Amino acid sequence: MEKQVSSFEVKKGLAEMLKGGVIMDVVTPEHARIAEDAGAVAVMALERVPADIRASGGVARMSDPELVLKIMESVSIPVMAKVRIGHFAEAQILEALGVDFIDESEVLTPADNAYHIYKHDFKVPFVCGCRNLGEALRRIGEGAAMMRTKGEPGTGDVVEAVTHARQLYADIRVLQSLPVDEVMTFAKTHNAPFEICMQVREIGKLPVVNFAAGGIATPADAALMMQLGVEGVFVGSGIFKSGDPVKRASAIVKATTHFRDAKMLAEISRNLGEPMVGRSASSLSEGELMSPRGW
Amino acid sequence: MKIGVLALQGDFREHRLALEKLGVETVEVRLAEDLEGLEGLILPGGESTTMGKLMTDYDMLEPLRAFGAAYAMWGTCAGAILLSQNVGREQPLLKLMDTELERNAFGRQIESFEIDLSVPFLEPQKPDYHATFIRGPIFKRVFGRAKPLMTLPDGTIVAAQQGHLLATSFHPELTDDLRFHRYFLELAKRPPEA
Repeated sequence: MEKQVSSFEVKKGLAEMLKGGVIMDVVTPEHARIAEDAGAVAVMALERVPADIRASGGVARMSDPELVLKIMESVSIPVMAKVRIGHFAEAQILEALGVDFIDESEVLTPADNAYHIYKHDFKVPFVCGCRNLGEALRRIGEGAAMMRTKGEPGTGDVVEAVTHARQLYADIRVLQSLPVDEVMTFAKTHNAPFEICMQVREIGKLPVVNFAAGGIATPADAALMMQLGVEGVFVGSGIFKSGDPVKRASAIVKATTHFRDAKMLAEISRNLGEPMVGRSASSLSEGELMSPRGW
Repeated sequence: MKIGVLALQGDFREHRLALEKLGVETVEVRLAEDLEGLEGLILPGGESTTMGKLMTDYDMLEPLRAFGAAYAMWGTCAGAILLSQNVGREQPLLKLMDTELERNAFGRQIESFEIDLSVPFLEPQKPDYHATFIRGPIFKRVFGRAKPLMTLPDGTIVAAQQGHLLATSFHPELTDDLRFHRYFLELAKRPPEA
């Protein structure tokens, strides 16, 4: 057999390698090197972290390719970058740059009010956000090779990350418990592709890796999400908006590995300086919420 | 037999599932004390810089070196990097095998690939082994006590063995083919080296 590139297995495979790890938002090559030295498994290259996107308002778009390339040159770990929901031309550009993963992200201003990107058309793998099983399976149906529960980005408030992860895993438990003749109606109720529902019922988990995102700011937050069943964490504003990013980044990495060991977590959590100030998710007005973006 | 899988980060779950299908008891190793009573250890795929950092911070480098001197160890991808002497950049390595690797040697993720490779040392030898390379490294030099085990059609070395130590650029844990895990268990059954 000849070499075969870009199969779904190979795309999904990179996400498998990221498990148990922390993916950090970085806005400069210096941040990227700090993240790599702290033990990040990948970095998300962007111009502004979600907290700053919130603060500055306006339209948030794909980052300047120049910045993405500089970050790619500065680290040996995989580099991810974000595109607007539905903006397949931004995705084509990031693929041409050679980024390792594309995040079709609700953190940026959506480019399409009805459709997400058809991700099977791309060689590069995609990660997408979800709040429940139906949303996850719609994205996987479109070709997402990795999921992340959305949480509420840029808040430093973990409550929405918890809500979405609990909902996702509760939906999976319900699906698993169903007799086979009830799966089609489950698929209908959740607006989810039937074949993937059958697969989830069989294996008891999503067919791709799932991380937590949106509001994780402390080692305890990371441990909480890992104990709830996610396979790794994205930390956006939580690191570089904190008082001591180097210490905090390294502590969150350690907490993601030793997430069940409370004694170690106590040690890891000591003396990290100020966490990001944050905003409680419940104080946001409807128009400020990012997690409802996408369909 | 009890086999450990280094669980600092990466696809350790897939290695555990493969070993459990073969009836082997497995242990997740996150600290040096978890090595107690094990007869072999797998270093999974993942990010070698992340694993190296956690090994350093929790004083695991020397205990892992001592373990690998006596018992079977197998590194897949990131694990193969950790077993090597040199990868051309500064990062913590166990330096147990006489190998030099180049990280991400095929390029970025869009160059990741699958290919069928001949495996005359596995039982049974046929069919060819379906190898999955994810931002995989290559063996630039295999010297001293280490021997090349597998190559791509162009001659690039993608697996090596040194006595009871095994290293592969690709990921047998991502397939349902258990021949590699069986081969490793045979190495783990050898009496420990003094």
